[in-house]
Amino acid sequence: MTSRISVSARIACGDHGLPLARGLLLLALLTLSATVCHARGRPPENDGSRQAAFQWVDSQWGRVLLMKDYNTRIVIFGVAVLGGASGLVGSFTLLRKRALMGDALSHASLPGIAIAFIAANWFGGDEKSLLWLLVGASTSGLLGVAVILVIRNQTRLKEDAALGIVLSVFFGAGVALLGVIQQMDTGHAAGLEGFIYGKTASMRAADAQLIAVTSLVVIVGCLILFKELKLLCFDEGFAGAQGFPVVALDVGLMSMVVLVTIVGLQAVGLVLMIALLVIPAAAARFWTETMWRMMLWAALLGTCGSIVGGLVSALFPGLPSGAMIVLVCSIFFFISMMLGTRRGVIIRFLRRLRLNRRIDRQHLLRAMYEQIEKHSGGQARRDLALRTNRRTPVTVDRLLSMRSWSRRRLCRAIDQAVEDELLRMHEGDCKLTQAGFTEAARLTRQHRLWEMYLIAYADVATANVDRDADKIEHVLAPEVIDQLEDLLDEQGMMIPVPISPHGIADEDPTGAAVNQSDTSRGAST
Amino acid sequence: MISETFLSPMTGQTLCLGLSWSWTLDGWIVVVGALSAVASSLLGNFLVLRKMSMLGDAITHAVLPGIAVAFLVTQTRSSLPMFVGAVVVGLLTALFTEWIRGTGGVDEGASMGVVFTSLFALGLVILVQTADAVDLDPNCVLYGSIELTPLDTVSVLGYQVPRAAVVLSVVTVINALFVLLFFKELRLTSFDPALATTMGFSSTWMHYGLMVLVSVTAVACFESVGSILVVAMFVVPAAAAYMLTDRLGVMIAISVLLAIISAVLGHMMALSIPTWIGYRSTTTSGMIAVAAGGLFFAAATFGPRHGVVVKLVRRQLLSLRILCDDIVASLFRGEELEHPAPRTTWLAGELFASTWSMKMALALLRRRGEVTVRDDALRLTDIGRERGQRLVRSHRLWEQYLVDRAGSGAERIHDQAERFEHFTDRNLRDELARETDAPVEDPHGRPIPDES
Repeated sequence: MTSRISVSARIACGDHGLPLARGLLLLALLTLSATVCHARGRPPENDGSRQAAFQWVDSQWGRVLLMKDYNTRIVIFGVAVLGGASGLVGSFTLLRKRALMGDALSHASLPGIAIAFIAANWFGGDEKSLLWLLVGASTSGLLGVAVILVIRNQTRLKEDAALGIVLSVFFGAGVALLGVIQQMDTGHAAGLEGFIYGKTASMRAADAQLIAVTSLVVIVGCLILFKELKLLCFDEGFAGAQGFPVVALDVGLMSMVVLVTIVGLQAVGLVLMIALLVIPAAAARFWTETMWRMMLWAALLGTCGSIVGGLVSALFPGLPSGAMIVLVCSIFFFISMMLGTRRGVIIRFLRRLRLNRRIDRQHLLRAMYEQIEKHSGGQARRDLALRTNRRTPVTVDRLLSMRSWSRRRLCRAIDQAVEDELLRMHEGDCKLTQAGFTEAARLTRQHRLWEMYLIAYADVATANVDRDADKIEHVLAPEVIDQLEDLLDEQGMMIPVPISPHGIADEDPTGAAVNQSDTSRGAST
Repeated sequence: MISETFLSPMTGQTLCLGLSWSWTLDGWIVVVGALSAVASSLLGNFLVLRKMSMLGDAITHAVLPGIAVAFLVTQTRSSLPMFVGAVVVGLLTALFTEWIRGTGGVDEGASMGVVFTSLFALGLVILVQTADAVDLDPNCVLYGSIELTPLDTVSVLGYQVPRAAVVLSVVTVINALFVLLFFKELRLTSFDPALATTMGFSSTWMHYGLMVLVSVTAVACFESVGSILVVAMFVVPAAAAYMLTDRLGVMIAISVLLAIISAVLGHMMALSIPTWIGYRSTTTSGMIAVAAGGLFFAAATFGPRHGVVVKLVRRQLLSLRILCDDIVASLFRGEELEHPAPRTTWLAGELFASTWSMKMALALLRRRGEVTVRDDALRLTDIGRERGQRLVRSHRLWEQYLVDRAGSGAERIHDQAERFEHFTDRNLRDELARETDAPVEDPHGRPIPDES
């Protein structure tokens, strides 16, 4: 089977890293299933015969961590596999912006369960037989999905309203049916309650087996349809235009969600099931931008969260396992949200900080250049004059007046530039080094090229170009500069560093206008 | 095992509601149901418009730790501290959701899912940890059931009034006042938060004001009547009203009306439907949700402008009209080329029309006296010829215009003109003729017929 899957995986996607990742995933799954088969083969072990060499093996910790108890093994295995599978499916629903689909679904399964119960009772069958209830739950769950899709596609209501309507109306119908069931002579709905709200701690081997089989089906389904589902998640319209059966794929994906949810529901309960579908996938999103990596992360986080949560609940008394799994998963989520290497809060904060620093430095260097330029006079032999005046000291106060930056911010930018040997401080004045001068000339040139482009091609008024160019100059790629040069060359406007098309604004006596433009410039950066 | 909700509404006291309507019981049940439905649906309009319909569900799950902590702190089971705790956590749910969405860049639904499942789990752990000391069953503290509300009364002005009715009246009045006083702000912030901010309304403050009221309403309602009712009433009446109107004020009014109707209808259904199969009454709150669902279904199907059926019929009528146009126009062209009286089957194949729609279109055309059918051959009458002339004139004028003014290539103009010709009236044709200097031939060299 492994070979078939990896072959289909290779067909499904050209990415070379993918078969390996999928192989690992399958390997992990097979190992786990092997563990449980092993466990099932030898029901409760006789610990007395094997006198423990180490004390801790017999202690509570040792027993739990080594999974000596048959029960613990079953529970941990069950939730781990479930966590993995729901992480996979959850990634797709998250990217489809249907994270709460599991929530709606699990509520929508209630009337199906109740009807299955009534029907079984009616025909004299075993009303609590798992199979009947599962069939009922899945049917009504699928019906709920169908209604959600119809509402979304046929009316002007959005996804969230569709979910809310189906959730509440179906659940209401289920509650009403349960009200009837309670009056039945034979039936007591007590078992049904457990069906919806779960009984993680008392999971039986049959439950774990059911979960394992379902998860395997779902994982294989996800891997086979990987490319199609990916397309569906990112660009539904394009997928349709490419001739993929979008509706069928959508229904397929949702059936997998139904499958996982219903099976998980009766094993671990409603809230845990929702959490397993949402949290690992949302956490995985912080670590990667690639679809298959995200699925891998989600499956991994789901599995780890379930195992850790299950262990913690087994180790300490009075901690319900379902709740602990959710809490461990949300701790994972919080850590991911903070530390995630792609979209984590900290990394994004650092990125923004770095960008701001770079922008400040570029502003500083350009301000220096413009000051030196003022000392170098007019057009004639300007180039040479600039070079010789490179070491003209510029006071911090003068730089401060060039734009609306606080003294602290300016000083930090100066310190940074000094550290990078672009500037030298001498008795409170700044001087450019050779490297600094080259860099400053380059930046000023970029700024002015863009200004001239705006004037020549975008018909922007000369008074406004400074501000517009201020925003874009920091992100101009070398290719864009090349193109700008070519364009302006056609206009005969090429000079090493073109003269500013507007006056350099600083401590002019006409302070009001300057200040105004400075303020807006500061706001725009 | 702590179950989530109100599955056993009859626990504690056995109510014999019977089949007959008793005003002291059923009357109050309907009043309480209607009050909670109105309170929720007033705010629900804005939740639906802001795409936050699932918030009611999230809050009713998430308030568990608030109740647990309130109980832990006060060590009593009085309802005020628990109410406060629940509202605080409900508000925290909204705050956390917003924070994760904003800071972490996670989609709204997902951040809601993360927050409410985590909070529920936290509450469960706190409850189980403290449950050893005192018996606290969340079932009886947290979730009320609407059937029991008439039994818990307080005295107001000398009358015995159910406590739930008093609480819910207060909540309803507060919500109604909020919606009335801040109608303009709510409308602006719901439809265009950016514009609202530039106009000087703080959409953040409106958002959190709304969130506070949603939390209060959710907690007050599910504490007295059960959570399924509040979750349904936040979404369903508002969604149904949204299918019926385009104006916010009307939408709110309709949703309130639908909420009241579903409360009355729901309770009557709960009393009567189980008796058809030989059982006594069933859960009212569930049935109210079902009744609201039924109303939504009716609105979504038969709504006058956005209803599915209406849209379908409108589309069918349009395609029928276009088919009629196409038949008449191609008959006219046939006469021009000296091929009068084509066969119906041939024309149907030419126009890619199904047999059924062709039959419909021909029946319509014959009734209007535009086309005659003799021996399966179609002929235009004088009235029909005039219509065909108008259509062909529109078509060719458009072609001329597209080539002349829009600079389209001659190979693409036919399809475009084919689409425009059905929506071109006399004024537009005259305008086109003026713009294109009243041509006598279209770009393909065919004559443009005159119009009498």
